[in-house]
Amino acid sequence: MTIDPAPATAPTDLPTTVGGEPATRGGPAPVSTSSRATRILGALSLVGIAVLVVFGLFITPPDAELGETIRILYMHVPTVSAAYVAFIVTAVGSVAYLWKRSEFWDLVAASSAEIGVLFFALTIFNGMLWGRITWGVFWRWEPRLTTTTVLFLTYLGYLAVRRIPASVRTRATVSAVIGILAVVNIPITHKAVDWWRGLHQEKTIFGTVDPEMQGTQLFTAYLGLTVFLLLFAWLLIHRFRLAWLTERAEERGLDAAIAARRAEGAEEVAP
Amino acid sequence: MSTTGYIAAAWIGTFASVGAYALWIVRRGRRASALVPEEERRWM
Amino acid sequence: MLRDALLVARKDLRLEWRSRVGVGQVLPFALLCVLLFAFALDVDRGVLQQATAGLFWVVVLFAAVLVVQRAFAVEADDGVLDALRLSGLSPASVYLGKVAAITVELLALELVLWLAVAVLYDTTLRGWGLLVVTAVLATLGAAAAGATYGVVGLRLRGAETLLPLLLLPLLAPVLIGATRASDVALGRSAGPGWPWAALLGIFSGVYLLLGSLLFRPLMEDL
Repeated sequence: MTIDPAPATAPTDLPTTVGGEPATRGGPAPVSTSSRATRILGALSLVGIAVLVVFGLFITPPDAELGETIRILYMHVPTVSAAYVAFIVTAVGSVAYLWKRSEFWDLVAASSAEIGVLFFALTIFNGMLWGRITWGVFWRWEPRLTTTTVLFLTYLGYLAVRRIPASVRTRATVSAVIGILAVVNIPITHKAVDWWRGLHQEKTIFGTVDPEMQGTQLFTAYLGLTVFLLLFAWLLIHRFRLAWLTERAEERGLDAAIAARRAEGAEEVAP
Repeated sequence: MSTTGYIAAAWIGTFASVGAYALWIVRRGRRASALVPEEERRWM
Repeated sequence: MLRDALLVARKDLRLEWRSRVGVGQVLPFALLCVLLFAFALDVDRGVLQQATAGLFWVVVLFAAVLVVQRAFAVEADDGVLDALRLSGLSPASVYLGKVAAITVELLALELVLWLAVAVLYDTTLRGWGLLVVTAVLATLGAAAAGATYGVVGLRLRGAETLLPLLLLPLLAPVLIGATRASDVALGRSAGPGWPWAALLGIFSGVYLLLGSLLFRPLMEDL
């Protein structure tokens, strides 16, 4: 393959970025993408989700202003924050790829973008449900929601590029460029859409933790953020390892195909 | 649908989607693992 | 570097002039869109007049996608990009030349399109200066982002259908800014127009810079 086998691409380098355990060499490797680090992360996420459900749906009081609808925001705010984190990871991976040219960073960028798109879809879904209760309609041209939708489409384009068959190096370079252009577009789109709706600005509660929140509400908001960041980390590691394995499997498939062709050729020549 | 219904839809929809996605990548990971030799998947 | 860029731009424009694709295909398409909007929207209730600026810029963005595709299809055809790569021109100057050529083509298209809109949609103009500055900056921004994506589509099979999905969301701020500023120039809205022009200027500057930096890896790896 065309990728250079730099040492940074070895799978044993993983934990330097995801904070794992020291290498446990020897013994059978797992027939899955999980490891001790991901199992711990997964367990923490599950406990976090359980606590979040208890706090978000039962313990916290309804908001003075938003009423019960604040409970949707306990889902909406963390998903959008985690999505932005995911796209920043994609951008970092893209820059690092163009710099180091290592398969590792390319696959990190790709994996992170896919998770970010999922979280953005959930953000839009939750925002629409919130709007249905609050405004009586699923959609209003609220700036935050509009921006999210534009960026969602931008990153769908990124994922579509990654699915085009091309050489590993071309795909990685093109994706890295798009990952960088897309992240730069985030603040510009934000500003433009804000001004666009500026004349009839409604009080917006999307996308941020309300500074006036207090007590259990504030705690729940940050708990939600923590839980979704843990989920993001868990998903990112698994998705990265899956991408890594897919590349290896494809290489092997290619090698096997070439070997088969060679064998055929040899047979034809031999008699 | 009542307010409670929408809130339930938001929470269930969110966690069900993340759960389905997680399940999907884990299962694909298992399948891909079987195709790759051990030394390529020595996670930490 | 700028001289090299000018060289590339001149080469592109000459090619374009000879092939007449812009005049023969893209411009008629843009004029067709002006007609189609009239069919789609009620002509008697003033919807067209209300929406003139927005419709105009939507057509320009669609045309921009075509022009960008064309600007790089020319290269793919005869392997000109390989020649460019070997010619010793820096990637940044190739990029800037491409942007310049696309900008000039689009501005020419906008001029004709504007005349058509002015006549067919019955438009009166208040602020010449604002409109011209807006048009130049918006077009430069669209070309700057477009040229980067154009080269992406060059060697990826199936990327032709992908270009609109990649380019148009990125150009959403351009559409917003250009439409609002033009609304002011046409006297359709009262607000200040120049902040929008400034937004367009920032967009163009950012993407020109990014494009010149990122064109090198793109050209090396395609």
